Amino acid sequence: MKRGRVLFDGAEYAVTEAEGGLRLPDGRILGESAATWLPPVTPRTTFAVGLNYADHAKELAFKPPTEPLVFLKGPNTFTGHRGRVARPADVTFMHYECELAVVIGRTARRVKQADALGCVAGYTVANDYAFRDYLENYYRPNLRVKSRDRATPLGPWLVDAADVPDPMNLALRTTVNGKETQTGSTRDMIFGVAWLIEYLSGFMTLSPGDVILTGTPVGLADTRPGDAVITEVEGVGRLSSTIVAEEA
Amino acid sequence: MTRILAANPRPAIPATRAVYVAALNRSATLDALGEALTRDPYRAPPRAPVIHLKPANTWSGAGDPIPCPREVAALRMGGTLGLVIGRTASRVSEANALDHVGGWLVANDVSVPYESHYRPAIRQRCRDGFCPIGAVAPVAALGNPDLAEVVIRVNGQVRGRADGSGLVRGAARLLADISAFITFEPGDVLLLGEPHEAPVASPGDLVRITVEGVGSIENLVQWEALMTG
Repeated sequence: MKRGRVLFDGAEYAVTEAEGGLRLPDGRILGESAATWLPPVTPRTTFAVGLNYADHAKELAFKPPTEPLVFLKGPNTFTGHRGRVARPADVTFMHYECELAVVIGRTARRVKQADALGCVAGYTVANDYAFRDYLENYYRPNLRVKSRDRATPLGPWLVDAADVPDPMNLALRTTVNGKETQTGSTRDMIFGVAWLIEYLSGFMTLSPGDVILTGTPVGLADTRPGDAVITEVEGVGRLSSTIVAEEA
Repeated sequence: MTRILAANPRPAIPATRAVYVAALNRSATLDALGEALTRDPYRAPPRAPVIHLKPANTWSGAGDPIPCPREVAALRMGGTLGLVIGRTASRVSEANALDHVGGWLVANDVSVPYESHYRPAIRQRCRDGFCPIGAVAPVAALGNPDLAEVVIRVNGQVRGRADGSGLVRGAARLLADISAFITFEPGDVLLLGEPHEAPVASPGDLVRITVEGVGSIENLVQWEALMTG
C-alpha cells in the first residue's frame, strides 16, 4: 500500500495511490497535480547519514567513514511532493541528494540487525538539499546547510515495508529538467538500513515516526531557480521539486 | 529502585516540536580553543550560530534520573537558560525578537564529555534522558535574559555558574540569526548554551540547576543499566 497526505478543496486527506494519481477516501480519483502534497509522515526525530556511499564520499574528497556520520534535521525543513525549494541569492552551490528514507514503525532499543527491519513502518523518498556556501566546520554539516525551512522534500508516498522486500537493492535516480544527473543503488550503501537501526538504537530509543535519511550516491550538480528536480527510488516513489529564488 | 525510562519521558513543555541548542556560545569556550579555531579541521572561527538539536528521546522532566552509560565515568552537566517560543518567529529582527518568546525555562544539555567539535555529537548528546527541562516561567520572570545567572550544583556544592555576559550571542541575537533560516513555532525551545567547562557528575550525584526568577531542576545521575533493566 502507498499512502500520502494532501490538501484538496480546503481540507486535508489521507490518500492512496491510484492509476495515474491518487485516490481520496471517498473513492474519487485525482491527478497528482490536482492536490497539494504534504509529507506523508510528520517526522518526529529525523536522522540523516552523510557520506554513506563510497563513490559520493570520494566525490567530496573524503575517505569512507568507519563510523556513520549522523546528523539531525529539524521539523521546519520538510515540504511535500511538488514543493518549491528556495535558493538564497548569495548561494553559489545548492545541490539535491536523492535518498531512501526509512520510517520507524515501532519502538526500538538495542535492536540487532537481524530484527531491525521489523521495526520499519515503511519507506519514502527524500531530497536532502544542501546549500554548500553555508558549510562551516563545526558540527558539520551544520543546520544552516541541512535544516533550512522547507528545503527537504519528502514523499510522495509512504510505502508499507511489506511492499519493499529488499530495501538494500533499489535503484536511485535524479533528473534535473529531464536530464539524468545521478544514479546509484542502495546496495552500495556503506552502512545499510538494518545496520543503521542497530547502531542508533544502541544508544538511543527510536520511536514510531522517526525517520532515517540514508545518504546519497555520486552525482551532485548545482540547481538554479526554475530547475525541476526529480529524485526517484525504485518501487518507492518519484519525488519532484522546483527551485525558486528566495524572496528578500 | 529500578525504573523504566519511557521512550517518551513526561513532556515538560506542551506541544514541543524541537529543542535547539546554541553551541560554542560562550566567549570563554572560543577563547580556550584559541588558535585551534583557525587550524584543521575548523580552519576558521564560527560565523553563523552553531546549533545542536536535542531530539525527543532526550527530553525529560525535573526529577527524572539522568542515565549514565556503563562505559562512561561521568557526564557533563550543561545547565542553561532556555526560552520557549510563544509566537511564530521567522526572519525576526534582533530588536523585536523577544516579542516572540512565550516563557523561560531551565534545562540541562547533558553530554558525554568529548573534545572535537567537527562532527555532530549525536552519540555524546542525544542519548535517552539527556535533556531535563523544567517548568515554564512567564516572560515577565526575567527582565533581561542576558543578565540571568545559571548556577549548577552537584550534591549541594556550587560547581558551575555563568551569566549572560559571557554569551557570544544573547537570546535576541540568537533568535534573529537563526530565524533567518529556521522558523520557530510556538512550543519550540531554544537553549542559550552551557557554561564554559560545565561541571561533570557521576552516578549517585544529585544535580541541581537554578536560574533565579525562572526556577530549578534537580536530577539524579544513575547507571543506565539500573534504569532500563
